[in-house]
Amino acid sequence: MADTSAMAAPGAIQTRGSWVSVFARQRELSLIAIMVVLGALVSIVAPQFLTLSNLTAVAALASIYAVAAVGEALVIITRNIDLSVEAMIGVVAYCVASILERHVLDAPAAIGIGIGIGLALGMANGVIVTLLRVPSIVATLGTLSIFRGLDYVIAGSHQVALAGLPPGFTDPARTNLMGFLPVFVLVALVVVVLGTVVLRSTRFGRQVYAVGSNPEAAAILGIPARLVEFVAFSVCGLLAGVAGVMWVMFFGTINGTAGTGIVLSIIAAVVVGGVSTLGGSGTIAGAALGALFLGFTANALPLVGLSQFWLQAIYGLVILVAVSADAVILRRLQRATAERRAR
Amino acid sequence: MSTAVAAPRGQRRWMSLLARWETLLVLALIGLIALGTTLSPFFLTAGNFSNLIAALMEVAIMAMPMTLIIVAGEIDLSVESMAGLSSAILGFLWGAGVPLWVGIPVVLFVGALGGLLNGLIVARGGLPSLVVTLGTLALFRGMALIVLGPRGVSDFPSAFTELGFGHVPGTLIPWPFVVFLGLALLLGIVLHRTWIGRQVFAIGKNADTARFSGVRVTRVRVSLFVLSGVIASLAGVILTSRLSSARADAGSGMTLTVATVVLLGGVNIFGGSGTIPGVALAVLCVAVMQNALRLANVTVEVQSIALGLLLILSVVIPNFAHQAKSAVDRVRGGRPPPTDSVPHGEAALS
Repeated sequence: MADTSAMAAPGAIQTRGSWVSVFARQRELSLIAIMVVLGALVSIVAPQFLTLSNLTAVAALASIYAVAAVGEALVIITRNIDLSVEAMIGVVAYCVASILERHVLDAPAAIGIGIGIGLALGMANGVIVTLLRVPSIVATLGTLSIFRGLDYVIAGSHQVALAGLPPGFTDPARTNLMGFLPVFVLVALVVVVLGTVVLRSTRFGRQVYAVGSNPEAAAILGIPARLVEFVAFSVCGLLAGVAGVMWVMFFGTINGTAGTGIVLSIIAAVVVGGVSTLGGSGTIAGAALGALFLGFTANALPLVGLSQFWLQAIYGLVILVAVSADAVILRRLQRATAERRAR
Repeated sequence: MSTAVAAPRGQRRWMSLLARWETLLVLALIGLIALGTTLSPFFLTAGNFSNLIAALMEVAIMAMPMTLIIVAGEIDLSVESMAGLSSAILGFLWGAGVPLWVGIPVVLFVGALGGLLNGLIVARGGLPSLVVTLGTLALFRGMALIVLGPRGVSDFPSAFTELGFGHVPGTLIPWPFVVFLGLALLLGIVLHRTWIGRQVFAIGKNADTARFSGVRVTRVRVSLFVLSGVIASLAGVILTSRLSSARADAGSGMTLTVATVVLLGGVNIFGGSGTIPGVALAVLCVAVMQNALRLANVTVEVQSIALGLLLILSVVIPNFAHQAKSAVDRVRGGRPPPTDSVPHGEAALS
């Protein structure tokens, strides 16, 4: 597994090679292809799947997960993990809703505060992992309970109802620009494009992959690994904040349990999107597409006559298939590299 | 408790650190009991202890094989779903008229199969257990929902519910506690006193070295996951019995508590160190803490904050202790201890 760095270059395609190998290496392309094929099959059985209203509604919800998945992907590429994302989303969602309900601040200020809270919580994770040297899986397992506990304490048994929010606040969740592009999808697109540019074309981006694929080598090269990890956790918190605000707009009714259990879906999206949990490989766009894929799967199930109870099992299978495919491709690549070197 | 559970030889300094962690847990336990006593006169009554123990037993039972798995450098996130699947199948079979003496073995066998699936994908496929068991966490829960749907089955015979609900005759010791003690004793001996345990430690420290030393790494890993599946399934049976109800969502969220308890017990998340007595002590600490907080009218929500803080502190304190110790050693001119021997040293997530 040491050779994961061979796949580190985001989006690198070898020029020679069959179509199959291009698809195998490009998780983004294969995910899109699978989605198109499955979408076509589903729409034969259930024509209502391929309607504009259905597609935009699903894409809007999936965009919330996509934004959170981008942050999670950033953390996972640095060879860490953040299990507390769902609790950060929950805290931000309740705080924003509560501020708006009490008319303390107007909508833009509340949104700013919400994203700021997300950033602060993410920075707390970063401090615990990088400064206190707690392994990220332990640290964020801890902050998952701490943040969720805070959420419960702040919210009590209170629930902010849709009527408590200022009129029009939830509109962005249901608005399509130019008649077809949901605002939420645009937000996710902006996040993905920004993230991709930063990871591909900046020094920080290269450092993220370097830290993730080989921390010791990165340290020898003089890369400030802990700073890079701290920034990754902070950005993950910031994006959880954005997702939390979107959560309020989408659902309207918020209590202390918002987002409970969704961290599994977020990590599943990242894994399905081709980001290796061993760190150092994968792309932001892949993670976002993973979220879109899972969102459409959830939507398509009832349309083809499967009950919602199948969803969990299918998610599980999708994760297992995705990681197995990664392993098979990785081994082929390593064998091919070894053969090329031997020649 | 300390030196009797010797980790592999030649690790004296490391052993003393571990011993200290367990000493710390014992002190914490005494402190918590003292705190509980001042909070309520009912705290030290046998009836209260019996209650506080019973509520945590499924977690405690699943924590035992989890200790071995984490010591071996892996993790099994799917245990809570396996408990749910076990509960769902048991309820389904009972609802279909299958007697429990057939149903329970069937359910345990399903647990073994689930564990085998995890083990084969992780050990044979060489995939990270974190992701694989994340997948089966969803898969097993989904299967439970498919088997039983949203309904609950609750017309179990009293002889069965007695297993999770009742006490050993003449005492106030709950039956699940007996199961937990037996399991702790058995796995404690296996991990700390047999060649199997030494192999588990060896794999957790360095799987490649272990393989070259003749340890059948794949076989040990697969066996550990099978064990975890069977025990998680058993925990599902006990949970069904204690709640007198089989449900597909049984055990939801328990994995986090199981992992928390194991890590609080001083097991290194990256494998290679940890003890069963440490984890058993952590179980008691958590049970006593939850109960003391409850008596102090602290809400469940604040308790979850306390548990999270405790988990993080359980790593931060030994880290600082280790740093302080190496600073002292340096002043004395002694050789600093090797960094990889810290129970909770930092390492990569892999």
